[in-house]
Amino acid sequence: MSEIIKVGMADLNVCKSPDGLTTLGLGSCVGIAIRDPLTKVGGLAHIMLPDSTAIKDNSNLPKFADTGIVELIDQIVKAGGSKARLVAKIAGGAQMFAFQSKSSLIKVGEKNVIAVKKKLEELKIPILAEDTGENYGRTVIFYPETGDFVIRAVGKPEKVI
Amino acid sequence: MQDFNLNNSDQYFDVLKEIGNIGAGNATTALAQLLQCKVDMKVPQVRLLNFSEVGAAIGGEEQLMTGVYLLVEGDITGSMMFLLEETAAHNLVSKLMHVPQSEGKFSDMELSALKEIGNIIVASYLNSLSKLTNLTITPSVPDLCIDMAGAILSVPAIEFGEIGDRILMIQTEFTDEMTLNGYFILVPDLESYDKILTALGM
Repeated sequence: MSEIIKVGMADLNVCKSPDGLTTLGLGSCVGIAIRDPLTKVGGLAHIMLPDSTAIKDNSNLPKFADTGIVELIDQIVKAGGSKARLVAKIAGGAQMFAFQSKSSLIKVGEKNVIAVKKKLEELKIPILAEDTGENYGRTVIFYPETGDFVIRAVGKPEKVI
Repeated sequence: MQDFNLNNSDQYFDVLKEIGNIGAGNATTALAQLLQCKVDMKVPQVRLLNFSEVGAAIGGEEQLMTGVYLLVEGDITGSMMFLLEETAAHNLVSKLMHVPQSEGKFSDMELSALKEIGNIIVASYLNSLSKLTNLTITPSVPDLCIDMAGAILSVPAIEFGEIGDRILMIQTEFTDEMTLNGYFILVPDLESYDKILTALGM
């Protein structure tokens, strides 16, 4: 029996095929799914903020794009993944409200997506697919067996990237 | 002045709780005036939740919700959100517009009514905070979003995320002919916390 493991906000988890991982109602946060296609070990992180170094209290690693991705990769490697084979898919980073920008010109969802891409590039992990931006929430389910990243949104057909 | 930290702030929590009680009470009165009917309110529950508990506390991350969100300016800056379950939103709109309760997607007219309801509720909440603290608090024009609770809540959660790992949420149960669950989330900027607490003599 396969199991779908839940990942909360500012949280991450790792599993092996045939199990899957899900995070519900992603808004401006970003869901990062990484897997090793050979050993079929995968992980999902739900990050909230782009940069841990900009925040004083940054002990919660999965909260930030930079520390969250590093921690996710560490855990995937511990569970039997090879760092050289890892590939990623990302989703989320929506702008839920029109004026969500506040003090900065770039919106927080967009900032999160940019930070995630930068960190993945730095670590040389290719992004195979993404479903980011726009103005709606997403529930995502990730299957390390196939690499399928299922995306559900209110009033929209389900898609697989 | 010491730095405000939501992770260890029992004494501040009591103050914020009291602000929440008074604000939600004022909002209930405003709602009753708007709908011209009697609206009762249960004592609000003020909770400081870990990010992981937020979804469960409001009936699941995928629960369809209406969120009204606005920015706060003046002596304090930050943002404020009012969340209402979708069925409750339909109920309020039908009462305000004197039309039968609809289901599913809101019409443009209904959306505009909903925005106004949210505006009045949030403004009366902020008004009581302003009176209590003697600080000028000006709300911006609100924006409305109907989506999964988790997605809407990610907005204030991210703002709280900059100062800690928990989110302060006030749950209010309004009752007229049916029970309406509403949630208030006020996110002052870090400096504004200090201003509020100083204004209250803390």
